[in-house]
Amino acid sequence: MTDLMTHKIRIATTSLAGCFGCHMSFLDIDERFFTLCEHVVFDRSPFTDIKHLGEHVDVGLIEGGLCNAENVSTLREFRDHVKILVAVGACAINGGIPAMRNHIPLKECLEESYLVAVGIDSPQIPNDPELPLLLDRVRPIHEVVKVDYFLPGCPPSAEVFWTFLTDLMAGREPQIPEAQIHFD
Amino acid sequence: MLCEIVDRHGGQATSLLQILIDVQMRFRHVPPRIMTALAGMLHLPRTQVEAVVEFYRFLSVTSVGRFDVRFSDSVTDHLLGSRDLAARLCQRLGVKLGETRVDDAVSIHLTSCTGLSDQGPAALVNGHVLTRLDGDRIVQMADFIDQGMDLDTWPKNWFKVEDQVQLAGLLLEGELPLGASLERALTLHPADIFSEIDRSGLRGRGGAGFKTAAKWRFCYEGEEGAVPGDPTIARYVVCNADEGEPGTFKDRVLLSRNAQDVFEGMTVCAKAIGAQHGFIYLRGEYRYLLDSLLRGLKVRRLRGLLGRNILGVEGFDFDIEIHLGAGAYICGEESALIESLEGKPGHPRNRPPYPVTHGYLGQPTVVNNVETFAAAARIMAYGADWFLSVGTPESSGTKILSVSGDCERPGIYEVPFGSPVSDLLRRCGADDPMGVQVGGPSGTFIGPDEFERILGFEDLPTGGSMMVFSQARDVVAIARSFTHFFAHESCGFCTPCRVGTSLLGQLIDKIAEGHGTPHDLIEMTQLAAIVKNTSHCGLGQTAAHPLMQTLERFPERYQERLKTLFFEPGFDLDGALEVSRQMTGREDAHAHLTQSG
Ligand SMILES: Cc1cc2nc3c(=O)[nH]c(=O)nc-3n(C[C@H](O)[C@H](O)[C@H](O)COP(=O)(O)O)c2cc1C
Ligand code: SF4
Ligand code: SF4
Repeated sequence: MTDLMTHKIRIATTSLAGCFGCHMSFLDIDERFFTLCEHVVFDRSPFTDIKHLGEHVDVGLIEGGLCNAENVSTLREFRDHVKILVAVGACAINGGIPAMRNHIPLKECLEESYLVAVGIDSPQIPNDPELPLLLDRVRPIHEVVKVDYFLPGCPPSAEVFWTFLTDLMAGREPQIPEAQIHFD
Repeated sequence: MLCEIVDRHGGQATSLLQILIDVQMRFRHVPPRIMTALAGMLHLPRTQVEAVVEFYRFLSVTSVGRFDVRFSDSVTDHLLGSRDLAARLCQRLGVKLGETRVDDAVSIHLTSCTGLSDQGPAALVNGHVLTRLDGDRIVQMADFIDQGMDLDTWPKNWFKVEDQVQLAGLLLEGELPLGASLERALTLHPADIFSEIDRSGLRGRGGAGFKTAAKWRFCYEGEEGAVPGDPTIARYVVCNADEGEPGTFKDRVLLSRNAQDVFEGMTVCAKAIGAQHGFIYLRGEYRYLLDSLLRGLKVRRLRGLLGRNILGVEGFDFDIEIHLGAGAYICGEESALIESLEGKPGHPRNRPPYPVTHGYLGQPTVVNNVETFAAAARIMAYGADWFLSVGTPESSGTKILSVSGDCERPGIYEVPFGSPVSDLLRRCGADDPMGVQVGGPSGTFIGPDEFERILGFEDLPTGGSMMVFSQARDVVAIARSFTHFFAHESCGFCTPCRVGTSLLGQLIDKIAEGHGTPHDLIEMTQLAAIVKNTSHCGLGQTAAHPLMQTLERFPERYQERLKTLFFEPGFDLDGALEVSRQMTGREDAHAHLTQSG
């Protein structure tokens, strides 16, 4: 639902198991960001440092896949509050770079990192309840919630973000031109 | 020893696959040093040798067991309890499915349909065929394997393969006298051979139904501007005996009881198009037929029906070589088959150009199904009118069907084209079935209100597979099994099929296991369209048929499995934290996740 006072579109963004590269690419729309801000307000996002989503958010942009329990909770919070959920970038869509660990059993990953690798003193697997538990495999987000749109790329270019959001703002079904998502 | 194998196959790069198959037999795998040696001997890059080893399922880089057991994993085997038997054998022998026991004594795998659906559950052991397996045999088998008993000492009846011809027609009745059709062909000009075959209306029996006479004529005439029948151009005749479509076994029966007809059809084709060299591409699963086929070819050479100056005709030279496949369904696709004949991985080529102008080694090549050649031989001997006396205007003659599944009398039925499915169901003793898979997984699934549809190119074309399913069967499970078959057999060359068939498999798993929501069905339908419309070859283009056709006919069977939720993950989300919980010893609230929402 658009913001009733301002009729601005509310957008929330987050980075799950991602590298923030997608967010950086979003910022590459440069001075168009000012134009954007005339039409949208940011809800929960690294741009605002708001920690939880408001009741009615129009668009949720998710960078990164799911590598731990907290990622799942965050993703679900987004799904529960946003009208349109968007998987942004290769990690959100396919698991991407973090999913390269899927070839190695989680037990071996943890043992190698915390117990046996060279240079470790007081070997111990961190078990503080503050720390999110790792999932046994890194998953793309559409395996856990319904996703409405996918913006491909690693990262998607600034143009892709711009096209997608301007289409939405104009009330059009977003259509990303082939040239913007064709990589070879 | 390697030199001997290489020499036996003529030492050509085109024999690479044949050489590797022998190496695998001898060493139970293809050792890296042999790959290097072969690359040197055949003047190939080593990567190419490796690519071939990796492509074919019956070749392996790690050692299989001294007893290598492969259970046929077709739906019809499942119905007869094959998965359970495989699990029991694994358990008795203490080996995991797909692995080799540490002492190298045994390995157990699942493999795509072995072409014995009418006498399953079936398996291959070191390339030999086992039929009608049951619990008792599994127990004994485990003992034999543990005692290292030679296959020769296993009970003979375990290896018995029956033809089970339940109904014979034009092609299976009586015997075609050796050389009869060749003698007639020798009196004719190529153009007259083409027109006789053309008049008979014969169309390809491998599924696509291309007019056989046209194919032969194109091959003879060559490209535009070429001299028709130019004797300086090498042409090839290839018999497609890959028979990989699950549920089909009629080519096996033709090759076991009518092989001379097939050889004769190939020789007639060679005479017509001016070919000197023929191949039979025999699927690896049918290796047990190899010796009898080689004997059959020898008989023909002795009778002057193959070799130089056939039947005394000066300059009519033609011979047939048998190449084995090595467990890849895609090699039944004609251009992949030709790649495989050339000793390469079986990736389908871009078409056009078609094999008729650019086939084996880039030369004009006719590829026909086993049954097509058998029919051509008899048409040549008995005339087009004899063939036209049966069938419909669009589909003359008969069709040999392989019937399996829930019926009293599975086996081979040669029926006139144009007969309704209901007729066949009556004959094979299938009362009140829930559906029939006509033409295998890539064909058409029909339900009870379609049993009056007729078999023929005008309505229900079929390569010959007919799987009957009773009311007790679960249509979603059937479609799921076929979908996994395609995902398993995708050659990996193009993304829509390689990735798309796996995704379809995951989606149907999710739905079948009760985690699906209406959204997943929409997703599946959209994905199916992408896979169908953007895949490179027939495999990908038909891979979604089982899901889409059963969804269309039995939507309620899918609906009843769906959750009314918005969305649910297709895997156990909380279970995905189990390893972490164990390693950290945590059990607090944050150490768990609910399955939905
Ligand atoms: C994935 C795939 C598998 C095939 N498998 C076979 C096969 O096992 N046997 C066969 O005769 N044709 C098979 N075909 C059809 C062949 O490509 C080709 O059309 C046929 O061999 C031509 O012979 P015909 O005209 O006598 O039917 C297959 C096609 C595809 C796309
Ligand atoms: S898609 Fe690429 S840029 Fe975006 S989070 Fe993943 S790795 Fe970083
Ligand atoms: S459609 Fe499938 S089988 Fe055919 S070329 Fe593509 S990947 Fe290979």
